[in-house]
Amino acid sequence: MPFERYSLDAFRGDPKKHPLIERGWERRQVITIIFALLFYSATAILLLGLAVRIRTYAKTPAPLKIPTTPAPTSKGGVVLRLLREVVLFKSLFKANKWIWLFGWVFHFALLIVLLRHLRYFTEPVWFWVAMMQDLAVYAGFAMVAGLIGLWVRRMVVPRVRYISAPSDHLMLVLIIGIGVSGLVMKYIMHTDIIALKAFFLGLMYFDWQPLPEDPVLLIHLGLVALLMIIFPFSKLLHAPGIFFSPTLNQVDNPREKRHLAEWAARLEASEGGGG
Amino acid sequence: MTELEKTGDLSVDDFLDPLERPELAPDIMAESAPFVAAPEIQEKLGYPGELVDNWQEKAIEKMGELAGKYRSFKVYLDSCVKCGACTDKCHYFLGSGDPKNMPVARQDLLRKVYRRNFTLAGKYLPWLVGAEDLTKDVLDDWYSYFHQCSQCRRCSVFCPYGIDTAEISMAAREIMDSVGKGQKYCNEIIGKVHDVGNNLGLNPKALKATLEDLEEDLEDETGLKIRLPLDEKGADIMLVTPSADFFAEPHIDGLLGYAKVFHQVGASWTISSYASEAGNFGLFIGSYENMREVSLRIRKAAQDLGVKRIIFGECGHAWRVAYSFLNTLAGPFDFLDQRYPVPQHICEYTHDLIEKGEIKFDKSKNDHIRLTYHDSCNVARASRMGDKPGGQFEIPRAILRAACNHFYDMAEDTIKEATFCCGGGGGLLTDDLMDIRKKGAQPRMRALKQVAEDHGVTHMAAICAICKTQFSKVMPDYGFDMDSIVSIHQMVSNAIILDGAKSDDEDEAVNVTVNEDAMPAADGAEA
Ligand code: HEM
Ligand code: SF4
Ligand code: SF4
Repeated sequence: MPFERYSLDAFRGDPKKHPLIERGWERRQVITIIFALLFYSATAILLLGLAVRIRTYAKTPAPLKIPTTPAPTSKGGVVLRLLREVVLFKSLFKANKWIWLFGWVFHFALLIVLLRHLRYFTEPVWFWVAMMQDLAVYAGFAMVAGLIGLWVRRMVVPRVRYISAPSDHLMLVLIIGIGVSGLVMKYIMHTDIIALKAFFLGLMYFDWQPLPEDPVLLIHLGLVALLMIIFPFSKLLHAPGIFFSPTLNQVDNPREKRHLAEWAARLEASEGGGG
Repeated sequence: MTELEKTGDLSVDDFLDPLERPELAPDIMAESAPFVAAPEIQEKLGYPGELVDNWQEKAIEKMGELAGKYRSFKVYLDSCVKCGACTDKCHYFLGSGDPKNMPVARQDLLRKVYRRNFTLAGKYLPWLVGAEDLTKDVLDDWYSYFHQCSQCRRCSVFCPYGIDTAEISMAAREIMDSVGKGQKYCNEIIGKVHDVGNNLGLNPKALKATLEDLEEDLEDETGLKIRLPLDEKGADIMLVTPSADFFAEPHIDGLLGYAKVFHQVGASWTISSYASEAGNFGLFIGSYENMREVSLRIRKAAQDLGVKRIIFGECGHAWRVAYSFLNTLAGPFDFLDQRYPVPQHICEYTHDLIEKGEIKFDKSKNDHIRLTYHDSCNVARASRMGDKPGGQFEIPRAILRAACNHFYDMAEDTIKEATFCCGGGGGLLTDDLMDIRKKGAQPRMRALKQVAEDHGVTHMAAICAICKTQFSKVMPDYGFDMDSIVSIHQMVSNAIILDGAKSDDEDEAVNVTVNEDAMPAADGAEA
């Protein structure tokens, strides 16, 4: 795939000689630098933030066996149970068909959309990513539709409105914004995809390339970066959280196997009793 | 017209959907709060006698400590997406309409304080994420609404992340205890167990006398010397049962049922006066330490008596603590016979005997009863029986079907894993909470009304001491007879064939009269 390559060194040398400057693209240069730094920090915050959270969850003991029963009696069963929850949202399906429909469509579409975006980060594009491009077009619409469904519920169902804080509405607005700006670029105001890809590959290989100056693209990318930054500090922690939920991830075998947390063992040792 | 149709104040109208969502009635239950524990009660459990001066600071400190000790607490506080799936799942919400009884809203009472103190967004942008400081009003809300949760876990079944509001309620109660605001009912009872060994404060002498009386009753009824042994060293089996089984109705009839089963197969068994309580209210206040101390009594009793097996009587949360936690809290039980599960449920025991053909029933003895079964919440969603998941649903039903001819389940979305709490669980079984108890029973009463209409059901069996007490108290308000609630082993007791028992014509006669009174319109008859 042909795209212009500019070396990172160019930024370090005489700025006047950099191709961006030579072409008089000073504003573009500033925007490129801002977005490059934004994406580096957003990625760092997302990954570090999640790593810290996951570590905390993993290190916090679950002193008692509390699987919600009927629960699987083996590790394999627990893996299946979690898969059913993560892939099918099984409990949600039991609970409420509307939330399930909107929520599942949104998440599944989100997954497809995310995978589709891999084409901006891979060169050559992996063949299965290339293959799913057509399907992914529908996914964009489905995602926005699901989100709007969730948001309408949040506004019109009194029970759900009651439990919603401003952040719960804004989170939906944010993701809808990402989806809509993406669709606008796809169908109404096209952007320079080749240059965009060069920009992201440049970020990955520390070889910065100019970012197209399209306002819609900048909004799209800005919102994505914002989402990445708030991820580890918001309810989006449900994504890692589900895997650490003791009611879902524990094996139902308390009679067969003694389960003892470290702090409980210390309590036992200090007080005596027990075995 | 069935006898279940008599009207009462709160009586259930015809065919009301047990799952019908009420209109929101904000703060309608705000005034419902249990009596606060007196200083002596608190101090006995190692808590401050009354609200300490720096209670805010202490409460936040405790919250942080618990978030470090319990993964459930931490993960659940972080993970809720406010999807709303749980909002219509709590029987207290269905019965009261108070939105703070929606599970997620109940959690949020605590979560908003957690966010304010432990999250970045809550510290700097509290208005954005609904974070709030812990004020006196918030504490009052906690005290009200965390005592309107029976820790039944119905919400956790429907939450996509399995968020269990019970975990949050337990933590909230532990935090409140730690700053000196405890609940009288639970804490007084735990104190009694620490002192005497059971929730009622029944001392060994009184217990012995009670059991002897019951032995006489059994002999009158059957002509057999069926025993209720107390503190017999060297027995094979130690039975640990809720103390209500010794004196309350219909609990006693269940106890007599256990005794008959043991008698019929010639089992060597005993009750312990030291561990004369299966219930463990340490669970309700979220206190690992108190729960452990109560559990250790059972271990000690088993060792002192030199038994080989431990069997638990009918009780919901007791079975949760026994099945799920006993091994953790007071194990390992390597001194017991490892061929049997430790501990075992009396229903597992009886069911095994039925399977092996060692006990038999004359089902016609229960023909005056058309029965349904209330899955007790803690048995259904926090434990198991047998070796397959779901055995906790099948085994009790198998026993009931073996012991009676007319059994009908209530609507599928109100039983098994979707069962309701009776309304009195989780430390709410106290008169000062009667209003919320009655409201919480509403969904179950509606489901019962349906089977009563559809199948002429006259009685409901339960497997939990709290359920039995609660139902016999609130059923009259819904137009049901107070003794429409029965123990599982009461059905066993009625129908079990005992070798050498007198075939008793008097009893027969009594049965027939009961029959006519209690029989509903025959199947298919128009009302
Ligand atoms: C392991 C992966 C994930 C699982 C199993 C999962 C599951 C769920 C479920 C079951 C719900 C509740 C139903 C609903 O409202 O849609 C939900 C809500 C939500 N999820 Fe996820 N999710 C995952 C990853 C993500 C990711 C990566 C995002 C990032 C954008 C996300 C964003 C959201 C949002 C914003 C909501 C709230 C929707 C509302 O306000 O109603 N989820 N998730
Ligand atoms: S179902 Fe679970 S995630 Fe959804 S609102 Fe209730 S507690 Fe939160
Ligand atoms: S645990 Fe039971 S009582 Fe408590 S909020 Fe959940 S459904 Fe309601």
